[in-house]
Amino acid sequence: MSRMQQILRQIGHQVTERLWRLGFASRFLLMTVLYSGTALKRFHLTIREIYFTGVLSLIIILVSGMFVGMVLGLQGYDTLQRYGSSEALGVLVALSLVRELGPVVAALLFASRAGSAITAEIGLMKATEQLSAMEMMAVSPIARVVAPRFWAGVISMPMLAALFSAMGVLGGYLVGVKLIGVDEGAFWSQMQAAVDFRQDIMNGVIKSFVFGVLVSWIAVFEGYDADPTAEGVSRATTRTVVTSSLAILAADFVLTAFMFRGI
Amino acid sequence: MNRAVIDLWVGLFVAMGLAALLFLGLKAANLGSTDIGKTYSLQARFDNIGGLKVRAPVKSAGVVVGRVGEIRFDPESYMALVSMQVDVRYQFPRDTFATINTSGLLGEQYVGFEVGGDPDMLKAGDTLKKTQSAVVLEKLISQFMFDKASGDEGK
Repeated sequence: MSRMQQILRQIGHQVTERLWRLGFASRFLLMTVLYSGTALKRFHLTIREIYFTGVLSLIIILVSGMFVGMVLGLQGYDTLQRYGSSEALGVLVALSLVRELGPVVAALLFASRAGSAITAEIGLMKATEQLSAMEMMAVSPIARVVAPRFWAGVISMPMLAALFSAMGVLGGYLVGVKLIGVDEGAFWSQMQAAVDFRQDIMNGVIKSFVFGVLVSWIAVFEGYDADPTAEGVSRATTRTVVTSSLAILAADFVLTAFMFRGI
Repeated sequence: MNRAVIDLWVGLFVAMGLAALLFLGLKAANLGSTDIGKTYSLQARFDNIGGLKVRAPVKSAGVVVGRVGEIRFDPESYMALVSMQVDVRYQFPRDTFATINTSGLLGEQYVGFEVGGDPDMLKAGDTLKKTQSAVVLEKLISQFMFDKASGDEGK
């Protein structure tokens, strides 16, 4: 009986702890948004962070987008030509990139490239007591350190996802039309007939915006909440990548269920 | 790093992002080109609409002139009531013939307008009198098979 109680108590403890952490994270997000005045007024703080999170992620996003598009071109052609409809390759490449792969894969890459860096930076600032020093000087570390990084992530993410999708379409075009020899006119015209700007592209942008908020939120929160030790920072960085990847995939399912439920 | 250099790079980054969005809009989607502006509504009753879907194109002579707006079942006549949004630039005679066609063997279905010779034009909210239902492939095949079988017996 006491063993049973112990197990139940364990479960209860775990659930309360998670809930407490989630509540703390939500309050932290609210604080970040409330203290965004400085980040938006002294916009060069945010621009600096956009440089580190967005511009420095460009190479990995562009190269990955290109390769994903080229693989889609090869695999899609292999399947479509069995049904004699290889002209639909453009539709397949564009729709899968714009609706799903662009926002999701770009967000996953963004979480591991920029999210982990944000967490490590803020965590290390905390471990070396830079955040406490700011508070001593009556400078709010949330306004000065957290908010610019948060907004930089939110602004960068849709740009990166759009670039990923565009590079992917280009990669699919290179492989499909230039390498395999699908008819160029059919490739583009079928794509244009099937892809709708509001239905497909704008929904993709909305998705990437939501992912940007999620990833930046998790990254700054984990950094701010990290144990101020070397081990704590390393664990926080790992948690950022794991949690934001799961959050992206779960949010993607929910958003897709709302956006693309067979019209 | 110098602030001016960072500003330059971020500006370039944002410009690239917007350019990518514009590329997707213009090259991958049909933004701007075949956008149908103002429309008027026409109705038609069909015995069977097959696989016709909302937002399917309405074509005349192969050119897209509108979109299917709403598909309902009419409980009085037991027919499908299809309402279509047609571009105001195009007027059709009163005896226009609406058919449901398929583009290619397995392609999407669309409503085709075959224009008649009536001097009066259809007005907004009018109903097309003459329609032809979608061709159901199974019916066609079974009809062909029965004809074949009965034909053999007759010999």
